[in-house]
Amino acid sequence: MATVTQGVWPSSINDPYADETTQPFWDAALAGKLVGYRCDHCGTFVLPPAPRCFSCQHDSFSWVDLPGTGTVYSFTIVRHPLAAALRDAVPYVSGVIELDGTQGAGARMLLNVVNCVPEDVRIGSRGKVVFDKVSDTLAVPRFGLD
Amino acid sequence: MTFPDVKCEWDSHFNTQGPPCRGSAPLSKAPFSRALWWASEEGVDVTTLKDQTAVVGVGATPYYRRGQSVPQTELSMACTAILAALEDAGLTIQDLDGFAIYSSSCDPAEVGATLGVPEIRFAASLTSGGGGAAGSLGLAAAAITSGQAEVCVSLMTLQQATKRLGGSEVNGSMLFTVGGGGGSNPYGGSGILPKAAFTANSGMISPGHSFAMLAQRHMHLYGTKREHFAEVAITERANAIRRPTSLRTEPLTMDDYFNARMINDPFCLYDYTMESDGAVAVITTSAARAKDLRQPPVYIMGSANGGMGRWGSALFHYFQMPDEYFASSGHRPVAKRLYEMAGVGPADVDVALLYDHFSAMVLMQLEDYGFCGIGESGPFVADGNIRWPDGRIPVNTHGGNLSEAYIIGMTHIREAVEQLRGVAVNQVKDAQIALVTGGPAGLPVSGTLLRRA
Repeated sequence: MATVTQGVWPSSINDPYADETTQPFWDAALAGKLVGYRCDHCGTFVLPPAPRCFSCQHDSFSWVDLPGTGTVYSFTIVRHPLAAALRDAVPYVSGVIELDGTQGAGARMLLNVVNCVPEDVRIGSRGKVVFDKVSDTLAVPRFGLD
Repeated sequence: MTFPDVKCEWDSHFNTQGPPCRGSAPLSKAPFSRALWWASEEGVDVTTLKDQTAVVGVGATPYYRRGQSVPQTELSMACTAILAALEDAGLTIQDLDGFAIYSSSCDPAEVGATLGVPEIRFAASLTSGGGGAAGSLGLAAAAITSGQAEVCVSLMTLQQATKRLGGSEVNGSMLFTVGGGGGSNPYGGSGILPKAAFTANSGMISPGHSFAMLAQRHMHLYGTKREHFAEVAITERANAIRRPTSLRTEPLTMDDYFNARMINDPFCLYDYTMESDGAVAVITTSAARAKDLRQPPVYIMGSANGGMGRWGSALFHYFQMPDEYFASSGHRPVAKRLYEMAGVGPADVDVALLYDHFSAMVLMQLEDYGFCGIGESGPFVADGNIRWPDGRIPVNTHGGNLSEAYIIGMTHIREAVEQLRGVAVNQVKDAQIALVTGGPAGLPVSGTLLRRA
């Protein structure tokens, strides 16, 4: 286990366990870019990818570039370490993030919020998705506040 | 309380697609049409579950702190609770023919064989987890009114010695595999689905982390404060202190609450339920048969489970609910159907047993079941409205999951039955109707209305 840093959730995996559907997301992540899974029929974004669009029920999607910026929709400051290995990571912030360029609900991401003083995080705080390369195949997305 | 001049019909209160309804007048009498919404064609002979079945027996083991029920097992405790519930009803194992459970709380095949049930005629579980608690009574009523079974047991048995539902570490082996943790951890599951990689590194690993997201947003939208969460915790503790079955009986003050350590903001220690062991079983049968049994029948007026489709699994790794009801308990559509089936409204409910794994989720259920307007639960509880005995709607008179014991919602059904038999420790005077809920959780969440004979 690499060094654990306060505020940064230590990655629990070293591979994205991608399949044919999800591989483009992780390829983009390694290149430092955020992409979204958009319904070809109605334009609704669905994240994580799902077999059908919840809005129009079609099953054809494309990965498209997103700006990578977004807003904290809700969050919690985790202070109690649920495992010994997390003692040096707390307090850290976990957030529900709404991504610019999407419709919001249905394409929110759950991300470790970083580059912040936990007590200063607010609903509405702005930031961008940043990628933390932890292995040759996995870049972990986090939400870095502006 | 005064309310702004905002027209707000009950239908819009429960309309989850509409804008948040502020300033609705709470507790108006019988706001719902008794006409069943699905009986649109004249002459259709519609029957519902209403009043056709009754809870006739309740049985339980003692409640224990986590792991303290050893060397009993979940199976042995299930058997103990079932036999006690049958005895309470004046029935025997020869009468039992149905299992109407939730969260796959036991394996009816195993329990049936162990206890020597002569013939099992119905065995079904509501899907998902604790959200089905109250709804398991509706499942029993459905089995009985449709003629599939005659005497059904609903049950939870729980031992957290080698597993912990809260995502907490037991043996140090968890967490650094995705979805690690105890056997029935909602984050659990072995192996890593491609989808899981999207949320694996969010740092959200427990139910408390999940429900904090809803609570935080409720605070943001409506100005709800930690003092309001505290009122729920303190009220329930005061109720628990008087009950010999309770696991948390030390007095709890506002100072204690604010001096407690934060687990994850905005939740402190006292916003969390505890980890308990134990089993509770409830016996349901037809209203006709109930009349001749040992206890006064407690009739099932209505029961509903489900929720909005996009509520989905709601929590854990989801959080994709529309804005309109993200900061809710997910119960709004269930409440609407429940009141319609029972033909009553929130003002008719004398005592509310609301599933309370986290204090904040009691607030959101008070709104979703119409005891106050959407977003107004904070001031509502601060005014003392949920306190026993003098509040407008006493809540969790048994101390709830927060202070009595956490048996995943079954203790709430037990308390409802005791209230309606008139034998509760914290008896609500002349209680006629009780509301019991299961969840907030992933779908289904559920509610059941019970009335005394």
